Amino acid sequence: MKILVVDDFSTMRRIVRNLLRDLGFTNIEEADDGNTALPMLRNGKFDFLVTDWNMPGMSGMELLKAIRADENLKSLPILMVTAEAKRDQIVAAAQAGVNGYVVKPFTAAVLKDKIEKIFERIE
Amino acid sequence: MSELKQEQITEGVANELKAHATGLKDALDNGNLSDAMQYIAELGEVRDRSLYREVGRLTRSLHEALRNFEIKPENQEQKEELSKMADASDRLDYVVKLTGRSANKTMDLVEDTMPLASNLREEAEAIRSDWGRLRRREMEPSEFRELYRRIDSFLDRIGSDSDRLHSNLSEILLAQDFQDLTGQVIQRVTALVKEVEDHLVRLMVMASDVDKLAGVVHDYDDDNKKDEDKGEGPQIHASDEAQEDVVSGQDEVDDLLSSLGF
Repeated sequence: MKILVVDDFSTMRRIVRNLLRDLGFTNIEEADDGNTALPMLRNGKFDFLVTDWNMPGMSGMELLKAIRADENLKSLPILMVTAEAKRDQIVAAAQAGVNGYVVKPFTAAVLKDKIEKIFERIE
Repeated sequence: MSELKQEQITEGVANELKAHATGLKDALDNGNLSDAMQYIAELGEVRDRSLYREVGRLTRSLHEALRNFEIKPENQEQKEELSKMADASDRLDYVVKLTGRSANKTMDLVEDTMPLASNLREEAEAIRSDWGRLRRREMEPSEFRELYRRIDSFLDRIGSDSDRLHSNLSEILLAQDFQDLTGQVIQRVTALVKEVEDHLVRLMVMASDVDKLAGVVHDYDDDNKKDEDKGEGPQIHASDEAQEDVVSGQDEVDDLLSSLGF
């Protein structure tokens, strides 16, 4: 299972990477915004994407929309991990096709739960 | 103070306008059109001047506020760090750098500590299962000698690993010292922003007075419309009841999503 973690803050990427490692995922790559992430996703055969929303350059929401609009990527499972907490935003992310939504600050248990739910639904 | 000043300025403007209006009327009565045009131009200037004066004052005090934006360093290292910085935005970058450094140091130590804890647990479990066999008298003497040796070295390791755990935890504690300095910087920036806001509010009042005197009506564009895809950043008072459009935690996110069929 190859996972891409996208966040503009390296500390946040490191936290997510550590939590994912605890969950048994070791094949993890990182990107700091949508503009960096999109080419990696197009060339790299990733199985799962964890992305922040608010990033300079291309935001997580724009990345989500770009992925859903891309013939080769559109079925990629996406978990949004973000400080964006407005109801409208969560609804918008759901409508844009996000598979899970975690608000920061979050716990290891929440992250684990959401990831497991996403894969349950896919299987 | 500002209200008093405001009145004085408005009164000053009114007096100047009166003087120029009288001049204009006289010039027109005497058929002196070039003088009349001069008075009309000066009338416009009076309108603008009071606004420019306030803009000038705002600019000057903002400049002063930025220049006086000093943080007291606590040691030589901080002093060197701070002396390199000229203005508020650099100082905020410094906050990002300090908090980032602290987060990384904490994570280094956690990553170093976690394997210690899991190794201790694994070794304890292995010894416990052999210990059980010994108590049930299922163990050969040669195996017992091996167990005896393992328990001995395990006890040694508990000692040294606990020391390392303890020292890592104290270092994690110390890595939180950024709060003191970043707190100072952020409080200063907040005060600075407040000061600028006060000046801007005064400028607004002044501008609207000038507009009222001049009878200017503006078309305001709604510039507040945000690009929703770009995000808004953390919602600081998410737990306040007043903010009904903001979720207060993961449970509400889950409820909302499940109401949408997730």
